[in-house]
Amino acid sequence: MAIVVVKDKCRGCKLCIKACPFDAIIMEDKLAFITEKCTACGQCIEACPFEAIINTQEIKEVDLSDYKNIWVFAEQRKGKLMNVALELIGEGYRLAREISEDTKVCAVLVGQDIEHLVNECYAYGADQVYLIQDELLRNYTTDGYTKVITDAVKTYKPEIVVYGATHIGRDLAPRVAARLNTGLTADCTRLDVDINSYIKYAAENTTLDVSTLDPKDTSKGLKQTRPAFGGNLMATIICPRTRPQMSTVRPGVMQKKEYNPEACGELIEITPAIGEKDIRTEILEIVKSTKEIVSLTDAKIICSGGRGLGEACGFDLIKEFADKVGGVVGASRAAVDSGWIDHANQVGQTGTTVKPNIYFACGISGAIQHLAGMQTSDIIVAINKDPDAPIFEVADYGIVGDLYKVIPEIIGAWDQAEQLYDQSTK
Amino acid sequence: MGLRIIVCAKQVPDTNEIKINPKTGTLIREGVPSILNHDDANALEEALRIKDRYPDTHITVVTMGPPQAKDMLIECLAKGADEAVLASDRALGGSDTWATSNAIAAAIQKLGEYDIIFAGRQAIDGDTAQVGPQIAEKLGLPQVTYVQDFQLEEDLKTITVKRALEDGYEVIRLKTPCMLTTIKELNKPRYMHIAGIYQACAADIPTWNAADLNVDPDKEVGLDASPTNVFRSFTPLPKGKGQMIEGDCEKDIGQQLIIRLKSKHII
Ligand SMILES: Cc1cc2nc3c(=O)[nH]c(=O)nc-3n(C[C@H](O)[C@H](O)[C@H](O)COP(=O)(O)OP(=O)(O)OC[C@H]3O[C@@H](n4cnc5c(N)ncnc54)[C@H](O)[C@@H]3O)c2cc1C
Repeated sequence: MAIVVVKDKCRGCKLCIKACPFDAIIMEDKLAFITEKCTACGQCIEACPFEAIINTQEIKEVDLSDYKNIWVFAEQRKGKLMNVALELIGEGYRLAREISEDTKVCAVLVGQDIEHLVNECYAYGADQVYLIQDELLRNYTTDGYTKVITDAVKTYKPEIVVYGATHIGRDLAPRVAARLNTGLTADCTRLDVDINSYIKYAAENTTLDVSTLDPKDTSKGLKQTRPAFGGNLMATIICPRTRPQMSTVRPGVMQKKEYNPEACGELIEITPAIGEKDIRTEILEIVKSTKEIVSLTDAKIICSGGRGLGEACGFDLIKEFADKVGGVVGASRAAVDSGWIDHANQVGQTGTTVKPNIYFACGISGAIQHLAGMQTSDIIVAINKDPDAPIFEVADYGIVGDLYKVIPEIIGAWDQAEQLYDQSTK
Repeated sequence: MGLRIIVCAKQVPDTNEIKINPKTGTLIREGVPSILNHDDANALEEALRIKDRYPDTHITVVTMGPPQAKDMLIECLAKGADEAVLASDRALGGSDTWATSNAIAAAIQKLGEYDIIFAGRQAIDGDTAQVGPQIAEKLGLPQVTYVQDFQLEEDLKTITVKRALEDGYEVIRLKTPCMLTTIKELNKPRYMHIAGIYQACAADIPTWNAADLNVDPDKEVGLDASPTNVFRSFTPLPKGKGQMIEGDCEKDIGQQLIIRLKSKHII
């Protein structure tokens, strides 16, 4: 194990025990002792005022220069690109330019009869498209897609491969990573290659002491940031010794590039070596649910209800509210778990990440997992009975009150905004 | 007639119970209980349902973790699993998902033949959903993740499952041996029964170290072998507190809000 306590330096102050999120440090003979619960997250190293805790892991340098370019798994279903694929092409474009002028962002299209998606990938920023088609690849299968992507990676050696953290991306990426014996970071919400972008992000948004980072560090390794521990903690993960560096990225957090229909790029067609015996699962049917698709990620205004609604029909009021303001209905997990509304409406760590112009949180306490999915909204308005509810810590506007009394008044005043404002300035 | 089933389970802190100290930005961990990971409880439950139908079925629960993880294994035995093993060694500490899957795959191989491996989709402390598929890869098995419905044919070799998608599901057929990762929609886990608890506490749960598993701490397991490392970890900065809107009555408050949104050109 690589995190150790230097016995001569430890004064037994126990600050590391408080800092450890994994309960992995105990006192032994009045000194700190690191147990096997340790995950080497490094919190204790930063917490120790005496520099008594160190990471002994040696960095084994390996020649990684054979690997070049950023690949985006451009996930398509039934001949339609997933939104997250376009977001990732946009993000890949940004990262590629940060790595070097001649680093390319490449979309990897796997399927059958999907030539028409090539231009769409260029239009959203792809420099190259790898097109892998076969009848056996028409629908996603773990075996089929793992094989053709692993083979392509071995041939073309990309430096980075990113996938959308969808039910398909999260099925595929771990298989590919295990077959290539390389690292994979799940469900990332931020990616950096340039240390200065990372420092800027960390300084503005996190508690990280950025003086521990060297702004002159020229390494272009991928720094993959993701929530851990139910959103209580953020971790930045690196993959220093193996290539490609791989991540799945949460849908809805990266920025698409502006659509440019004139853009063009280079097409590389790959004939996959795939046979029927390679695929050990048989898809009997793909069923689309008939429920209304809620597009929380694109919504400009979201009206969310939580357990504070008290009963399922509370969502009637939320729906009325959303209709009035031209918004979409969201929910906390507690409301979903109570069976009041579908999981598709859930916002947060295990739901959708949203970034609307206005987020109305009604009867939502503001648990960390909920905040994880909405705190980057431009404006947050919280309505809650409890003046101490944590949601008020992140709200731009807080209202202490009964949502059943307050919301109808907001609905009533909405159309008179102009007059009310004029009156108030007189 | 029965099946040989392996269930991969993990003991996790109940992250629901964890709160952040808003002043210091650190986690408040005191009194946070350790529990059987939720998705893994569904994995075990599905195995137990097969055993209810085919009593000759043999269920082994495998975990990797600190010695305290035995408590979780006892819970699994008390629910009706036949056998449990713990992979535990300081040399396994700091393993990322790639290294963890090496250790668990080695433990499964040591156990011998099996028909189905069930694992929870993901653990609530890490939320990676990577270990199940990576074990399957190391063992060369077909997999289905996000299983929300499970049917076993009479031949005990053919399985039909529903795999949840964001906007529906797929119906997939495959043959044993295979790896299935489960989600909470699959079933409702049962409680322990009293007789089971007595028996389980007396059960002998072997602990296997890296040498027993025949894995190499320099190349296969533990922090040094893991391809990914934690570069930094930190807590997100809480967004600054905004203004509270007060008024004589709800009507006044509603109007005050609208006026502020309007004055800031938000609406
Ligand atoms: C691994 C994990 C992942 C999770 N992922 C998510 C996630 O993605 N999204 C998510 O939301 N949660 C998630 N959670 C759950 C989260 O921890 C909270 O339990 C949940 O967000 C609480 O929902 P709530 O705020 O609606 O309910 P509560 O915490 O019960 O809050 C209800 C609030 O309503 C207020 N209230 C009651 N009556 C009224 C009234 N008449 N008018 C006004 N206010 C009223 C109360 O004061 C209270 O603050 C996750 C948990 C775990 C462990």
